[in-house]
Formats: sequence, C-alpha cells, structure tokens
Amino acid sequence: MSPLYIARSKSVAARMLGGEMMIMSARDSTLFDLNDTASAIWRAADGATPLHEIVKRVLCAEFDVAPEAALQDTEEFVKELAGHGILLVSEEPISQEAK
Amino acid sequence: MGEVALEPIETTIEIGDMPILIRTDSPEFVHVLVHRYGGFVNAAAKPLFEFNVEIVPPGKITDEEDVSLSFAEGRWVLERSDFHAEWSAASGSGTIRQAASPYAIDSAMRILHSLLLARQGGLLVHAASAVRNGRAFLFAGVSGAGKTTMVRLAPPDVTLLTDEISYLRMTANGYTAFGTPFAGELARAGANVSAPLAALYLLAKGGENRIEAVNETDAVRGVLESVLFFAKDPELVGKVFESACELVRQVPVERLTFVPDARVWGMIG
Repeated sequence: MSPLYIARSKSVAARMLGGEMMIMSARDSTLFDLNDTASAIWRAADGATPLHEIVKRVLCAEFDVAPEAALQDTEEFVKELAGHGILLVSEEPISQEAK
Repeated sequence: MGEVALEPIETTIEIGDMPILIRTDSPEFVHVLVHRYGGFVNAAAKPLFEFNVEIVPPGKITDEEDVSLSFAEGRWVLERSDFHAEWSAASGSGTIRQAASPYAIDSAMRILHSLLLARQGGLLVHAASAVRNGRAFLFAGVSGAGKTTMVRLAPPDVTLLTDEISYLRMTANGYTAFGTPFAGELARAGANVSAPLAALYLLAKGGENRIEAVNETDAVRGVLESVLFFAKDPELVGKVFESACELVRQVPVERLTFVPDARVWGMIG
C-alpha cells in the first residue's frame, strides 16, 4: 500500500487558543477544535513526511499509543479534515505550490 | 424636443466612520436613502467608496434567489434577484442596478462594509449593541436569542446602537462599537455614535439572570457564529478569524442568561 502524505491547506486560518488548535475553513467557514494529538498531526503535516512516519515519530513517541491502531485512526481523521479542505492528502509528496 | 438629462444627485452615507457616496439621477431613490439612513447622511464627509446607482423598474434583475458574492479579476460581484452590484476594491468605485427600494441598497451596504471591515480588523456582528455610561455593550445570538428583547428592556439612560447588526472597529482606544442604521425587528435605526466596547455577551434566555465566564475557544466560536461574512476569499476569511481571536483577547466575552424583564439591565454597565 502506498504511503500517504499530508499537508496543511493554505485556505484555512488557524490559531492556538486555550491550549487547543482552532481552525477555520475558508471554503465553508467550518470551525474545528483540535485536541493535543490532532494538533500534533496538524503541525507535522509538511507534505514531505509520510503519514506513517508522522504517526510513529509524533503520536507514538509523544502520546504512547500503538502504531497500527494510531495509523488507522489518523487516516480516518486526516480524510475527514481533507473533506473540509483543511488538509491535503496524497499518495505522493505534496509541493508548496500545491497547498 | 429632446429629454432633459437630470443632474446626478450625490448622497454620502457614513457608517462606522466610513463614508460611502451614492450617486443617482433618481430623486425618488434619494428620498428612499434619506429616509432609510437619515442620521448617517453626511454631505461633508470625504467618501472612501463611490457607487453609481442605476434605478430600474421593480422586477427580477438576476436569477440569484439568495445573495451571491464572487470575486474575479479585481472585481467583486454581488447579486440577488432584485439587484446586481459590482465594484473594484482598488478603485474604490462600483455600480448597482436596482429598483428604488431600500432593501437592495441595504444588502449591498452591509456586504461592502463587511469586506471593508475585514481588511481593517473589524467585524459586522449579528448582535444588538448599546451604550451606557460611555461604554458599549454587545448582545450576540441567533434569531430568538433575545437581542431585540434586551433592547426593548433597556432603561432610558441607554443609547441604542442597533438591534440587529453591530459594527466593531479597532481604533486607538481598542475595539469600538459604532451605531448603524441596519435595523431588525424594532425597525428603528441606531444612534450615530460610538463608544469603546466594554463587553460582549452571548445571549441565552433562562430562569434567572446570571453572567458566566466563557472559555477562550467557546468565546471565539460564539463570536464567529454571529459574524456576518459572505466572501469565501481565504485571505479575508483568515482576517475575520484573526479579528475574532483578537476581539476575544481584548474584550471580555461572557454568557448572559436572562429572564426577559428589566432587571437584567441592573447587571449591565
């Protein structure tokens, strides 16, 4: 199975508030509050690091979770955010221009 | 004998210290403007923006039932079935085609102001607002939350800024609330005055009067749920988001639960 790559969309506004990341989609003005783990994934979404690496490096190391279950949950999460235009998801690295 | 060309008539409407000039050759429409925006007409103000308004017979002008706002090649286009407006932000001028009714120009004015404000860190908020003891208080909520009720219950020392659309701008004194002519159920324009914003209340009706703290995230969410903004432009949406965050950082945002009687004003101001 090909690795997934994720990148933060430029069409959003984001800010840390009260310890949570709040994100607003420019496409539909939907608001999202990201918890600690989701914020960590958001920050690591650079378009160049494969998602399984992010899960291993960020989630498993920082939050003491099992890699396989974490990857499955994370894939669902990033696809949901991609549906709102907040993250870009691709089977290839995502360039700066594409964001 | 040829028709006599009418001289265009200019009316400058200044809301939130932002004068917008309306130019038309229809005396009937000028009458509509003065009636609608009376306290906000300021012939001496230097306009930031100019609209030439072409008055046409009443009827369907576009196929857009709801307000449609788009931006392409430097021009904003705003349409609804009863009007077509377009303008260039760079030149500060545009045109509107509509019948001589106040509703179309009111929509265009609200949306233009929301865009102008977004660039300046300001916000148009679906909220009532009022001044007491030199400080402004804003009451935000969805329809039925109690905005008009709060205004109706206000004691005589309270000056109404609006019962429907509040106008917030960042000034040297922090966030300042301005009066607007954009009226809701009361059908009464606000006073053309301004005051520093002292608090923003998220309204809820309940069995007792109380004011509760709201955490930062809920405060931003509450503000953004009440902000009037139609453009899908990522840069402007980002600015509106940042303005809401900044507002929450600078101004107390609290939940005001109230019984609909005059005692609630004992807690305000």
